[in-house]
Amino acid sequence: MRARPRLADGTGPVLVVLLILLVGLAFAGPAYAEPGGYLALLKRAAPLVVLAVGQYFVIVSGGFDLSVGSLVTAEVVVAARLVNGDDANTGWVIALLLGCGILVGLVNGLITTKLLVPSFIVTLGMLLVLDGAVFLWSGGAPRGALSPSFRLIGRGSVDVPVLGQLPWSVIVLLVVVAAAVWFMRSGTGRTLLAVGDNENVVRLAGGRVDRLRLLAFVLSGLLASVAAILLAGFAGVSAQVGEGLEFRAITAVVLGGVLLGGGRGSVVAAAAGALSLEALFSLLNLLGVSGALESAVQGVIIIAAVAYAAHGAGLWRVLRPHRPVPDTA
Amino acid sequence: MAVTHGTSGADDPVAVVRLEGIEKSFFGVPVLRGVDLLLHAGEVHALVGENGAGKSTLLKVLAGVHRPDSGRIVVRDEEVSFTAPRDAQAAGIAIIHQEFTLLEHRTVAENVFLGREPVRRGQVDRRAMETQTRQLLDWLGEDGIEPGTEVARLSVARKQVVEIVKALSADAKVLAMDEPTAALADNEVELLYGLVRRLRDRGIAILYVSHRMREVFDLSSRITVLKDGAFVTCVPTADLDTDQVVRHMVGRPLEALYPERTSVPGAVRIALRGAGNERVRNLTFDVRAGEIVGLAGLQGSGRSAIARAIWGVEPFTTGTVELDGVPTRVTGPRTAVRKGIGYVTEDRKGEGLALRQSVRDNTLLVRRAACRGAAARQAADLTRLLGAVGVVARGPHQEVRYLSGGNQQKVVLGKWLAVRPRVLIVDEPTRGVDVGAKQTLYRLLRDLADDGMAILMISSELPELIGMSDRILVMHEGALAGVLPGGADEEAVMGLATGHQPGAVA
Repeated sequence: MRARPRLADGTGPVLVVLLILLVGLAFAGPAYAEPGGYLALLKRAAPLVVLAVGQYFVIVSGGFDLSVGSLVTAEVVVAARLVNGDDANTGWVIALLLGCGILVGLVNGLITTKLLVPSFIVTLGMLLVLDGAVFLWSGGAPRGALSPSFRLIGRGSVDVPVLGQLPWSVIVLLVVVAAAVWFMRSGTGRTLLAVGDNENVVRLAGGRVDRLRLLAFVLSGLLASVAAILLAGFAGVSAQVGEGLEFRAITAVVLGGVLLGGGRGSVVAAAAGALSLEALFSLLNLLGVSGALESAVQGVIIIAAVAYAAHGAGLWRVLRPHRPVPDTA
Repeated sequence: MAVTHGTSGADDPVAVVRLEGIEKSFFGVPVLRGVDLLLHAGEVHALVGENGAGKSTLLKVLAGVHRPDSGRIVVRDEEVSFTAPRDAQAAGIAIIHQEFTLLEHRTVAENVFLGREPVRRGQVDRRAMETQTRQLLDWLGEDGIEPGTEVARLSVARKQVVEIVKALSADAKVLAMDEPTAALADNEVELLYGLVRRLRDRGIAILYVSHRMREVFDLSSRITVLKDGAFVTCVPTADLDTDQVVRHMVGRPLEALYPERTSVPGAVRIALRGAGNERVRNLTFDVRAGEIVGLAGLQGSGRSAIARAIWGVEPFTTGTVELDGVPTRVTGPRTAVRKGIGYVTEDRKGEGLALRQSVRDNTLLVRRAACRGAAARQAADLTRLLGAVGVVARGPHQEVRYLSGGNQQKVVLGKWLAVRPRVLIVDEPTRGVDVGAKQTLYRLLRDLADDGMAILMISSELPELIGMSDRILVMHEGALAGVLPGGADEEAVMGLATGHQPGAVA
C-alpha cells in the first residue's frame, strides 16, 4: 500500500503558529515585504533547525541530548584554532569537526545504552565536560581565526535562477530536513519511533534497540557539528556561541508537538518549531521587545507547549475556573 | 433468592432513574445506540454484555462523565441533564468503580466526608464526622469498621464498604457497581452479597455490572442485556437461565465458537529433544505443520517458560531444539524471528504493541526491525495482510491504542504474519477479547495451521484450549505430565496439571 503524503500527528498546530508569525512579520517589518526578508530569516534559523532535527531523533526515541550547545561551542573554538585563517585547512577541519560530533554522539549513546545511565544525566555530564575542556584549552578567549572558505558556508550565497541569491546555509537546511524526512519514513526511522513508544515491543520483534538509540545520539552529534559549522561562519568565533542552544533546540522540538519521552511527533514539525522560534524572536525584536526577554519567552513556550501536548484542545477546559470535578464520589 | 423483590406484586415499584433512548458516539463511532434502562428503588438490576457492548459508557452517562448525544435521563419523574459528575451526585447517583477513590493515609471518616467536612468554629469537626460515619456503618450492619481507622489498614472488601458509605453519606439513592467482585477474594464475595442485599432492603436501587453469571443470578431481580451498544432485552432474572443470557449477549449460540479441526498434520516443524533449563526440564515433543498443539498447566508450571526458552529469552541449557529437522540454537528474539519463529506474548500492551504507533507501523514492525534490505522495505501487501487478519480500524494510520482488544490482537498476529513464520507460539491469545473477536481469532489460527504453520498455543482458559488444540501437552511443575488428544475433558487436563493422575504418554 502506498502511503499518500499526510501530516503526521501534531504537525498542524505548529504550522498554524508558524504561519501566523510569518504574517505578523510581514506587518511588523518592511524587510519582510519581499522574499529576501524571509530568506534571511531562513538563513538565521538554519543552525537552530539543524540542531532541532538532531534533537528530534533523540527525543523521539525516548531520550534527551543536553550536550549539543557545548558541542557547538567546542567545535567553533577548535575550528578557529586549527584553521588559523588558512583556506588550505578548511577541508580537513570540517571533516574533523563532523568526526568529533559523531564521536561525542557515540560516547553519549554508548554510556546511555550500555551503562544504563539516563541520557539526561549522560548528556548533562557531557555538557560540563565539553564546557570545561573549551575553557581549559582556550583560556576563555578563543585564538586563531576561520578562513574565508570556511565562513562561506554559514555566510555566503550561491546564484540560482529565479530566487537570485540562495544562501548556502539554506541549502544545507533543506538537505538536512529532506534527508531527515526520508529517514523517518524508512523502516529504520519508523522503528526508532517505536523504540520511544515501547522498547520491549521492538526488542521482542527482533529489533536492535541499543543500536537504534545509539544511532539517534550519533545523528544528533553529527547535526550539532553541521550547526557549528554554519554558526561559525554566520556568528563568528566566540566562547559563548553555543550557549543555551540545547534548550533552544529542545524548546523548538517541543513546540513542534513532539512528545517528551518519545514515540510521537514528526520531524517536519520539529523543524517548523525551530523556524517558529526564530520567527518569534525576529518579531519581538521588530516590535522593540528587549532581547533580554528571549529566554523568558522561551521558558513560557516550553511549558505551554508541553501543557498543550498533554491536554490537546482540551487545555482550555482544564484552565476554565469551574473545572468539572473528576469522576469521584 | 431475591427473585421477586421489587419487581412484580401488588405495590407498584418506584422508578428512581429512567434512561430513555440514550445515544452516544465517540469520533463518529456509535457506542450507545438508543439504550433504555429503568431502575426501581430497592432492586438489584444486573447490566450484562460483552466487552465493548457499552456498559462502561452507559455507567459514565449515568454518572455525568459523558453527556449523551440524545436521549433523556429522568430522575424521580424529573428530566435532568448532567454536565459533570457533581450533578449526578447531587441527583443521588453514585458509581462504585473497580478502582477505589480513597485516600489511603486518611481515616475512614475523613474519606467519607472528603471535600464535605463538617465545620465547627472554623475547624473540621472530627467528632461529628466520626459519629455520622458510625451511624451510616451501623445502618448498613457493618459495625466491624472503626471510623477512626486509617484506610490503608483495611482489607479490599472493607475499603469497598467505605466507598459505599461515602456514596451514601452524599445521599445516594442509586448505586452503580462496576464489577464489584473483581478485586475480592472468594470469602469476601459472600460478605458483599450480604451488603448488597441490605442496601436493597433499605430502598437503594443498585445497578450491578458483572461478567460473572453466578453473581448476576444470585443477586439480581432483573437483567438488562446490551449488545454492540444497543439495548437487547430487560427481563426478570427468574425467567432466564445462564445459557439464554449468554445467547442474548452474543447473539448466537456458542457451539460454533471453535472451528472444526480440518488440518492434516504434515512434517515436523519444531522438535524438542530433552530440552530444559532452570524452569523446565526434560521436554521432548514435536509440533507438526498444520497442527495446533495446546500447552496446558497451572500458573508457574512452566508453560510460558517453554515459550520464552524456544524464543531465546531464557534459552534451554540442556537438550536440543530442531527446526525442520535441523538442530538450531536460538540465542534471542532476533535469531528466533530470523529462524521463522513468531511469538504472540501474553502481555499485549507491554510486549505486543507500540500503542502510539499506527496500525501500519505495528504491522510492519517485525519485518522492519528484524529483516534486512529488500524484505524490510517491501510493504506492498499491507492491505492483504490486514484483510487476512480482519482488523477493523478507521484506516492503516489509526493509532492502535484506539482499537478494541480483539482488533489489537489481530494487529499483533498481522505483525507476525508479515514475516511468515514457520512456527507460531501464541500465549493467552484471547485474553481481554470479547466473544465475537475470539471466534475470529480462533478461525484465523486454524486457517494459519491449515496453511502449514505449526502453532503452539498456551492458554489458561481450558474450554478454549480443549476446543482449539489437536493435541494437548499438560505441564506440571516444570515437566511434561502427559499428552491428551484434542477434545479431552477438563477433568483429565486438570488431573494431569495438578499432578493427581500419572502421566498418560510422555
